[in-house]
Amino acid sequence: MVKAHGLTPDEYRRILDLLGRAPNLTELGIFSVMWSEHCSYKSSRPLLKTLPTEGPRVLQGPGENAGIVDIGGGMAAVFKIESHNHPSFIEPHQGAATGVGGILRDIFTMGARPVALLDSLRFGDLSEPRTRYLLNGVVDGISSYGNCVGVPTVGGEIYFDSCYNGNILVNVFCLGLIKADKIFRGNAAGVGNAVIYVGSKTGRDGIHGASLLASSEFDETTEEKRPTVQVGDPFTEKLLLEACLEIMKHDWVVGVQDMGAAGLTSSSFEMAGRAGTGVELDLSKVPLREEGMTPYEILLSESQERMLFVVRQGHEADALAVFKKWDLNAAVIGRVTEGHSVKILHAGEIAAQLPVSAVVDGALALQRPSQRPQYLDSITELDLTGLKTPERGDEALKKLLAAPNIAGKRWVYEQYDHMVRLNTLILPGSDASVIRVPGAQKALAISADCNSRYCYLDPYQGAQIAVAECCRNVVCAGGEPIGVTNCLNFGSPERPEIMWQFEQAVLGMGDACRFLEIPIVSGNVSFYNETKGEAIFPTPTIAVVGLLEDQKRHCVQWFQKPGDLVALAGFSMEELGGSEYLKLTFDSCRGPVPNLDLPQEKKVQRFCLRSIREGLVSSAHDCSEGGLAVALAESCFTGPRLLGARIEMESTLRSDALMFGETQSRVLISFPRENKEALETLAREGGVEFSVLGSVEGERLTVRIDGEDYIEQDVRVLKKIWDESLERYGR
Amino acid sequence: MKCGVVVFPGSNCDHDCYHVLKHVFGFDTRWIWHKDEDLGGLDLAVLPGGFSYGDYLRPGAIAKFSPIMKAVARHARDGGKVLGICNGFQILVEAGLLPGALMRNRSQKFVCKNAYVRVENADTPFTSECGGKRVMKVPIAHADGNYFIDPDDLGRITDNGQVVLRYCTPDGEVSEAANPNGSVQNIAGVVNEKKNVLGMMPHPERCSDPLWPDLDGQLIFKSLLHCA
Repeated sequence: MVKAHGLTPDEYRRILDLLGRAPNLTELGIFSVMWSEHCSYKSSRPLLKTLPTEGPRVLQGPGENAGIVDIGGGMAAVFKIESHNHPSFIEPHQGAATGVGGILRDIFTMGARPVALLDSLRFGDLSEPRTRYLLNGVVDGISSYGNCVGVPTVGGEIYFDSCYNGNILVNVFCLGLIKADKIFRGNAAGVGNAVIYVGSKTGRDGIHGASLLASSEFDETTEEKRPTVQVGDPFTEKLLLEACLEIMKHDWVVGVQDMGAAGLTSSSFEMAGRAGTGVELDLSKVPLREEGMTPYEILLSESQERMLFVVRQGHEADALAVFKKWDLNAAVIGRVTEGHSVKILHAGEIAAQLPVSAVVDGALALQRPSQRPQYLDSITELDLTGLKTPERGDEALKKLLAAPNIAGKRWVYEQYDHMVRLNTLILPGSDASVIRVPGAQKALAISADCNSRYCYLDPYQGAQIAVAECCRNVVCAGGEPIGVTNCLNFGSPERPEIMWQFEQAVLGMGDACRFLEIPIVSGNVSFYNETKGEAIFPTPTIAVVGLLEDQKRHCVQWFQKPGDLVALAGFSMEELGGSEYLKLTFDSCRGPVPNLDLPQEKKVQRFCLRSIREGLVSSAHDCSEGGLAVALAESCFTGPRLLGARIEMESTLRSDALMFGETQSRVLISFPRENKEALETLAREGGVEFSVLGSVEGERLTVRIDGEDYIEQDVRVLKKIWDESLERYGR
Repeated sequence: MKCGVVVFPGSNCDHDCYHVLKHVFGFDTRWIWHKDEDLGGLDLAVLPGGFSYGDYLRPGAIAKFSPIMKAVARHARDGGKVLGICNGFQILVEAGLLPGALMRNRSQKFVCKNAYVRVENADTPFTSECGGKRVMKVPIAHADGNYFIDPDDLGRITDNGQVVLRYCTPDGEVSEAANPNGSVQNIAGVVNEKKNVLGMMPHPERCSDPLWPDLDGQLIFKSLLHCA
């Protein structure tokens, strides 16, 4: 019985110690979900504590439903990224849809109106039929849910690698806006206050989603877990969103929390835990979808679109009137009590009674052993002399542009409403998305990133690069990075090699954030991303929010005007380790990952941000997968107007490393000729190498290296390859 | 001009329509709740985009029974202007205020992108500023925009000048390649016989705020202003 609940013998002994008695079945169920990896962070907590979470703008760090950062003018940005990996692998449409629903509730639970969604998705090899089924299902699920609720999906990223064949990743990010003095938290304060349930009725779906589905790896029985995947109802979510924002205008709303993982159990225990109070709930009053549900089922159901409010005594009718206006089920199901326990009544009897602290803080913080994986011994070296350099780069460039990891994602984002609510200043397809702040001159830039190949080869450096690149993307749009959220996707923490990857990634991420002076305000850990012992590449997804004081000064990645000059800020090194070029051309995933010199990174970002703010540049594009050549090509054809470029370079590097290597801390910019001197001065002052490579002209991309033709292509041809690659896999 | 934006519980372009009417054009604009039973002397009722009541059954199939739709029908009968955008168009055809039906897109997928439409009839209160087969660049965002009408009725509404918008290329050519959803004869918008009710799938409110470079949607609202 204990084992079937995912609890270890040690944990059961701890329960006996804490309670001084044996728990009944319902109570065992409560411990099972609350002490699951998913809810308790028992393996990750000691390491997460090392992350930088504070800064002058931080209004709410990790520990609440979402993080909050002050953006000035009385406004704040609320954001978080969360995983829905296992449900999406078992049932892609509903798994992804409810992933969107869950993160939306995290945001509006704080009192914020959600204004943008981003998705960071990882799939396996596209030649596998199952991958195509999963890709179509996930995109469909995100589309059906986000579009219906009316929150635009404005960007994101998609990568494909066979390491995700048995375990895809669906990480959903949501950004909301809130008045800085109107933040709601999950607090069950004030003895006698009413606990009000609102939203969908409770059914038998999703029971043990958090404990059994999210907190264990996949095996032969995976398909049998399909009933633990919840079913989403975006229309009810929309009603809930509007009703919540309406009711939160009143000062008699004391606290609120959504019923996500572990449903009614986690919301009631956590709200009591934060307030230092107790709660008494009568389950007979909970609106139910089916008859005959037991207390165990009601408490552990993960039915979607439900929230728990605490409302000041005497305002119960006011609250219920608002919910009735929006045609939502709502009921007073309990009261805040003295003492520090949660008492659950059902049909006049006590179904469970547990001390809050035992459940919320009682889980063992595990010091899992960690050990450097052996695979690293054989793959971190890369002998470039053994790799033949092609004389010309045309074929490699076309191959890279057609690669699903680099190819255009139009087929995906056209299925998402990315314009609703008129805030999307930069439509999907640039380095970062930019959302205006309604009623203010400001805007926010958002990007999500992680190159998991780098993280596999070097989790410390890979995580640093994820932070750096994500910030760089935001900077390229004109935003100053002000906050980070992360979604840490790893294999089983019970294996020391995975714990080592996790530890290295967290340390790398922390060091990079500290250096770049940007706090991590929220996040999520997803372990057990493996099937039959095969773990995914470590994937610490990073999302960064950046602030633009002037929304008109946003910048795009594409060239704007013929005659503009093209320059590179930063310098290229002979680095091909872990690159997309190496994988595609030599079918090799090895080598040292690109070097990251954080001081250099910071200088390049400062230079880039300053030149955008001063209105000196026409475009700015980060050089990442596919290197300089892909950045050049994308700058030519991703805008509304196709423009060519003529590039001349001199270099001592091998030409493929120069054009396709993924050296960090480089930004490709274009600018009017008359700004050349001003930019050179800014670069010199900022200690940034700045070299003019050529100019925007014609309709061809030509690159000459040391006087020899290296690439010469019609931009329309390149665009077609890049644009049409992914839709071949659509249904 | 007195305008009202009808808010169904699942409307999600209601704020955008309200913003453009009130803040960009300065019209006297107010919200109309779906449980209301009259429009209180409006000149123009806008049915915005969204998913009125979730639309799990068929877009607009439930909305046509909402209390406010009786008032909208009376308003239309009395010659008041009604503009249905996207879901609003779907509701108007379900309610029988406009001819035809809107089916699932040919691709079976939601599609959100800029589309081009040609104005086929400038002699309506919604298109008076769009003469000379004007081509407009207007975003679309829908899963059910595949306009269908039987051949007899198609002949009738075409002859009556009720086909107001057709999807086209940027140069104004009405071709299969420019048809984003499979609509019969690329139809993107139609009016009723009296031409006081327009339904259109493209979103003019998404290209009317001068904060963005594309402003073709303003033509629709300027036409309304012109004839008010």
